[in-house]
Amino acid sequence: MASTVEKQVSGASRAEPQARRGRIRGNPWRRPWAMEGFTWLYIIWSIVPIGIAVLFSFNKGASQATWQGFSTKWYVGSQVTSVLHNPSLHHAVIQTLILGALTTLICVPIGVGFAIGIDRWRARTANGLNFVMIFSFVIPELLLAVALFLLVTQALTFIKLGTTAEVAGLVVWNLSWPAIIVRARLVSIGRSYEEAAADLGASRMGAIRRVLLPMLMPAIFASAVLVFASTVDDFVIVEQLSSTANTQPMSVLIYSNVHGGLSGPALNALATIMLAISLIAALIGFVAYRWLTRGERTGDGTEALTGIAGI
Amino acid sequence: MGRSETSDRRNRWLWIALAAPGAIWLIILFVVPFYVMLAVAGGGVNEFYQTVVPIWNPIHWSSFNFTAVWHDIVGTGSFIGPPALRTLLYTVIATALSLAISYPVAFFVARYAGRRKTLFLVLLIAPFWVSYMMRMLAWIDLLQQNGFFNSALSFVGLPGSTDWLGGKSVTVILGLVYGYIPYVILVLYAFLDRIDPSLLEASRDLGLSKWRTFWHVTIPLSKPALIAGTFITALPMLGDYFTNQLLSGAPGTTMIGNAIEGQLDSPGQTGQGAVLALMLLVVLLIPMLYYVISTARASREMA
Repeated sequence: MASTVEKQVSGASRAEPQARRGRIRGNPWRRPWAMEGFTWLYIIWSIVPIGIAVLFSFNKGASQATWQGFSTKWYVGSQVTSVLHNPSLHHAVIQTLILGALTTLICVPIGVGFAIGIDRWRARTANGLNFVMIFSFVIPELLLAVALFLLVTQALTFIKLGTTAEVAGLVVWNLSWPAIIVRARLVSIGRSYEEAAADLGASRMGAIRRVLLPMLMPAIFASAVLVFASTVDDFVIVEQLSSTANTQPMSVLIYSNVHGGLSGPALNALATIMLAISLIAALIGFVAYRWLTRGERTGDGTEALTGIAGI
Repeated sequence: MGRSETSDRRNRWLWIALAAPGAIWLIILFVVPFYVMLAVAGGGVNEFYQTVVPIWNPIHWSSFNFTAVWHDIVGTGSFIGPPALRTLLYTVIATALSLAISYPVAFFVARYAGRRKTLFLVLLIAPFWVSYMMRMLAWIDLLQQNGFFNSALSFVGLPGSTDWLGGKSVTVILGLVYGYIPYVILVLYAFLDRIDPSLLEASRDLGLSKWRTFWHVTIPLSKPALIAGTFITALPMLGDYFTNQLLSGAPGTTMIGNAIEGQLDSPGQTGQGAVLALMLLVVLLIPMLYYVISTARASREMA
């Protein structure tokens, strides 16, 4: 078949010089070396600096620019500035984990409920709410953070700046992850499984619980991992809504100490811990996603990879 | 179809109950806060304590803060105009650079990576899981005056004593690119991966050269990808204040986000911060609405 096409093309090219030039110049199955080289350059550029930053967290000296030997003093060794012994560094790690856990526990269930409810409740109100949800996805984070700051300082003053306000803000900022991902999955599942369950005598709630939810599990899991990781990484909302040093998570502590203060490799150690937390979450998400979709797998891991990255 | 619709109507209260917690959260913590922002912007200042006095009834809104901000923009001591223009310039350059770098990478991985696609995807997704703060910190380390970047420059014979972190626009723009590019690549990849390769092959088979195929077939097919990529970078960059604070911190590179944050935190000027935030929101409303509507349309087509 391919050779017939080739022949036809070369037949045509005799009549039309422009087409001929195209045919002679390129073998479409040739490996695109330039593009591949560019891709590798990009990968090096995107990963090597981070590797170097991780390396400096193990620096023996206090420099973030020259290597002075290996040590773990910025993690555990130093009595003053190590993550283990310095109270503010130590506290920031705990605060990040608390925010990540609370936000995920609240955000994912209400986001999943929102996705199912909006998808099935076909009314103008539902469309309007969906519109608001997508809007919360695209708005610049600073604008939402400023609005939330004004809300808790001027209107709902019973929500104090600090952990409560941070969690409330992080939940609304991340709500679109479960809502969008679960809704996309709902659309691709369709209605037939639920209807079959109903025909076989299941109640509405029973069909949701025993048929729909298990099928939504990969999407729910993927969005939980995304919510957790993006809470750990979050900076803008938590910076505006944290109050004292006690409620500052790692990202805010790094930000406020980069120019002076607790600078030095201790900050790199903190950032490395943040990185480790995110990577562990991603790894758990990847393994769980693979396991949950084991029946529908196409063979390679790309589906799980893109699934937990939200694309 | 008909039956599921009637059963949907019968179960309406179930769906409302499921959606309610998320909906209430969105209304109280997303819709209401912007009304508070309006009330603060239209409110006044307590002269004695220099605190905000929000005005809740729209009829009584005052133009006090708006006039103040207007003078900040066009008045003699204008300090809002330059950051606003700079924000626009930085965002345009950084978005264009991000797309120019991401497109070939995403295109290669989507179309040519073959059996090594998983490996490439892992490497492209990895930075996505590294926090923004870590990625900035990495460059703060490298760009120190005695850091690796300057050492590398002097190694190849270039002047290696530049203070890259002392207020250079180049540093801030590259910081923005480095910060947001993982998202652009993933979005472009997701779109480009769905382009049917047989369309590109057909174009070649029908005699179009490589470049003409690219120009007349590939580029039009990637238009939605490029639009989505532009939004995903430009919107957050326009509200960015931390990249420039981390990599420069000098007044010569401040962006509109810094102006908003600065006003918000200075006593007596919170209202003006709210006005500035509202102005940015109004400017961004049209691109955001376009994005939201096109997303909603795409998901309706999917359903």
